[in-house]
Amino acid sequence: MAIETTEYKRCSLVKMDGRIDSNTGDSLMDAFNAVQENGIFKLVFDMTDVDFMSSKGWWVLIQTQKACKRYNRGEIVLANVPKKILDSLDLVGMNHYFKIFDDVVSAVGYF
Amino acid sequence: MASKVFPGEFSSLEKISDFIEKHAQICGLDENATYAVRLAVDEACSNIIEHAYGGEGLGNIECTCNVLEDGLEVVLRDKGKSFNPDDIQEIEVGIPLEKLGNRGAGIFLINKLMDEVHFEFSKQEGTTLVLKKKK
Repeated sequence: MAIETTEYKRCSLVKMDGRIDSNTGDSLMDAFNAVQENGIFKLVFDMTDVDFMSSKGWWVLIQTQKACKRYNRGEIVLANVPKKILDSLDLVGMNHYFKIFDDVVSAVGYF
Repeated sequence: MASKVFPGEFSSLEKISDFIEKHAQICGLDENATYAVRLAVDEACSNIIEHAYGGEGLGNIECTCNVLEDGLEVVLRDKGKSFNPDDIQEIEVGIPLEKLGNRGAGIFLINKLMDEVHFEFSKQEGTTLVLKKKK
């Protein structure tokens, strides 16, 4: 598992690979928190290389979305969500809480 | 039938997932069905560690895969605290973000993903969860 953060002019990009589950979800939460501690609340989460995400991952994203949207200071958007993960988000209605982009360039360009 | 015992630790989740994937492929489940079983089993095992045992390293999870003619049956056994599945509330969807909780959905998701879900509770044997996914 690896988590990379890249800062752009208008947002930060967080990329993770492998599994997001109860074993790794807290590391992703730490990465999102570290970005927010730098005063950045416009985030893109690149999910290109995520091959599995349990509900632990959704709750990390929901908590981050709540923090980013507070005071209308920003939001987290998702890019390149693998279809099987998108289907499971859809199953429980979690996809409604995020803007989802087909590629990272469009997601970064949104900000 | 193949059975394996895993320590009740979050680091076991990936190994359990690999075990499930291998037997789902033997059964001939397609990629979507295989992912559904992996996800349901991950949710169930996370709940066992977090809620039944109350933390990591406090018990084991026995995982059995039965190859059926029409799909895969997964049996999970633990010796942790039992619960009443009827007491589990469904997560609310479509509500405003700020009113959404910060956790849950495991049982709800398992029921959505699997074709059959059955719990058995015994003081001596602990909890048995039987999950079935058809091809």
